[in-house]
Amino acid sequence: MPIAIQGLTKRFGPVFALDGIELEVPDRAFVALLGPSGSGKTTLLRIIAGLERADAGQILVDGSDIAAVPPRQRRIGFVFQHYALFRHMTVFGNIAFGLQVRPGATRPPKAEIQRRVEELLALVRLPGLGRRYPRQLSGGQRQRVALARALAIEPKLLLLDEPFGALDAKVRKELRVWLRELHDRTGLTSLFVTHDQEEALELADQVVVLRDGRIEQQGDPAALVDRPATAFVSSFLGDVNRLPCTVAGANMVEVAGLRLPADTRGLAPGSRAIADIRPRAIRLLPAGTPLSSRGGDGLVAGTARRVLHSATTVTVEAETPLSPDPIRIEADRHAPDLPAVSAGDPVMLHLPAPFVFAAER
Amino acid sequence: MGGLTRTLAAARTRLKPAQRPWEEPLGIRLLLIGIAILFLGVFLVLPLAVVLTQALRKGLDAYLEGIGSPDSLAAIRLTLTVAAIAVPLNTIFGLATAWAIAKFEFWGKSLLTTIVDLPFSVSPVISGLIYVLLFGANGWFGPFLEAHGIRVIFTVTGLVIATIFVTLPFVARELIPLMQDQGTDEEEAAVLLGASGWQTFFRVTLPNVKWALLYGVLLCNARAMGEFGAVSVVSGHIRGVTNTMPLQVEILYNEYNYVGAFAVASLLAGLALVTLVLKTLLEWRFRSDRFDSAES
Repeated sequence: MPIAIQGLTKRFGPVFALDGIELEVPDRAFVALLGPSGSGKTTLLRIIAGLERADAGQILVDGSDIAAVPPRQRRIGFVFQHYALFRHMTVFGNIAFGLQVRPGATRPPKAEIQRRVEELLALVRLPGLGRRYPRQLSGGQRQRVALARALAIEPKLLLLDEPFGALDAKVRKELRVWLRELHDRTGLTSLFVTHDQEEALELADQVVVLRDGRIEQQGDPAALVDRPATAFVSSFLGDVNRLPCTVAGANMVEVAGLRLPADTRGLAPGSRAIADIRPRAIRLLPAGTPLSSRGGDGLVAGTARRVLHSATTVTVEAETPLSPDPIRIEADRHAPDLPAVSAGDPVMLHLPAPFVFAAER
Repeated sequence: MGGLTRTLAAARTRLKPAQRPWEEPLGIRLLLIGIAILFLGVFLVLPLAVVLTQALRKGLDAYLEGIGSPDSLAAIRLTLTVAAIAVPLNTIFGLATAWAIAKFEFWGKSLLTTIVDLPFSVSPVISGLIYVLLFGANGWFGPFLEAHGIRVIFTVTGLVIATIFVTLPFVARELIPLMQDQGTDEEEAAVLLGASGWQTFFRVTLPNVKWALLYGVLLCNARAMGEFGAVSVVSGHIRGVTNTMPLQVEILYNEYNYVGAFAVASLLAGLALVTLVLKTLLEWRFRSDRFDSAES
């Protein structure tokens, strides 16, 4: 079901955990709430579930305000960071719980509960594990039981708090793919909290970046990556080389004498700004490439200081006149035109149009 | 490589299994163990043995007579009555307190945590005196209660109140750390799945602490039955009416009725032993509960 959040504010003492959050989540969307710890993302999730109370603002689910609905009647599926499985109940008992606690008239008969639980166990690919206890399961299995338990009540929404936070890297990757498939099959409007930008970008239709209780930017993953709205979003989504620059004119910046085309977002010529360039966006060229005399072609010469190799990439840290810190370049190891570079070699870099933000903080 | 292996093998043969480097020599070990056993024997086993031998000194008939005298039987009944009232009340209180302290944030929480411990730090005799000062004939509420025909001091009511006070912390103290350790995630999950407050309590909270609860009840019961100081002050020592087992032991002893005194005392000692066995069993269960909580 669609959710609309309007002016949601929550304070813990003098600190704003959430500060005027405005968010529209369309029906069947899969939304990531992305932010560093303390950005308010978990608080937002808990307020939607009804585990915390907002100080101001509204949450409309399918058009109606849920503030007056007690949490037990909200029909919201919640997967806790550490799963919060009932440790003294079997997997079956955990999944059946939401059906068993229904008031007499609406409680399904035993056989029906049995059937539902088995269906859910099959859905989360844990058939036959109903009689195990949570402590007898692996982390990934526990997570899937928690999800089955949340789905058992046929929720209107699914909220997941750091769903992969407690898992090791390999299981995490597998579960990501699986969760995305599950969402596509069930079409359940889902929000999940994460601090891992890769996870958010890979999984969600819509990513909401939070910082200090405010939304910095929201949009689909491609928009966020291609057009970060703030310097925070730009650096939070991935590694950047952050260079001080000056706005040289309409859509032109100057970094230590090198002119680069860039979207200057209406900044006045002459104002100081920062230019963010992703290490992956810089091209490494053979050292002899001739510099054009008029500039503006994004070429700069430097010296490689460190060269790091991994299975798929070559990372070079190069000293250039552009900044006191070395510039980081990440190149595809199998790129056909990649020059061989080792520490101490002269190199030529081709810089793309940077993301430009007003110099602040 | 081969040289290293040989050196290691040589080192291993030099160290006899009985004398690994971190172990004391046999003589010292025997001495330390001996001292420990001697200490335990003198301070724990010997008194128990003395109680039993004294109680059975004049044969089984005298022993049974000591227990079976009307005053002693009345004392046993009274002790069971007092425990039967005080233990359930303190169980409910302990659960409620622990639940509030461990699962909710509220003003005055740390004060409440401290106050729960108060009966442990106050001498039982003082606790008894407090109630005499409050409810006695010359106490704060004494005249008021007297006017309404209620007597507390020197009655069973007084015994129950004093016992409740003294045994108040046992259940709460067992539960608070465990409940705090378990957090509120499972309760929150239960509520979001549609459970009511009572359903959450009986289906999630209570089963998670059942072994610790039993353990607390057991300790509470042992203390309720064995309490002497506070009870002694408010009882008035009216035979057959306000004498509990520990008080009866004292009276019989002061009358030089050693067999009777030790016979009743042997029952209390028996209670202690039963408690000890149950406690050990529960600790064993309880530990596996804690282990689960640490793991998940």
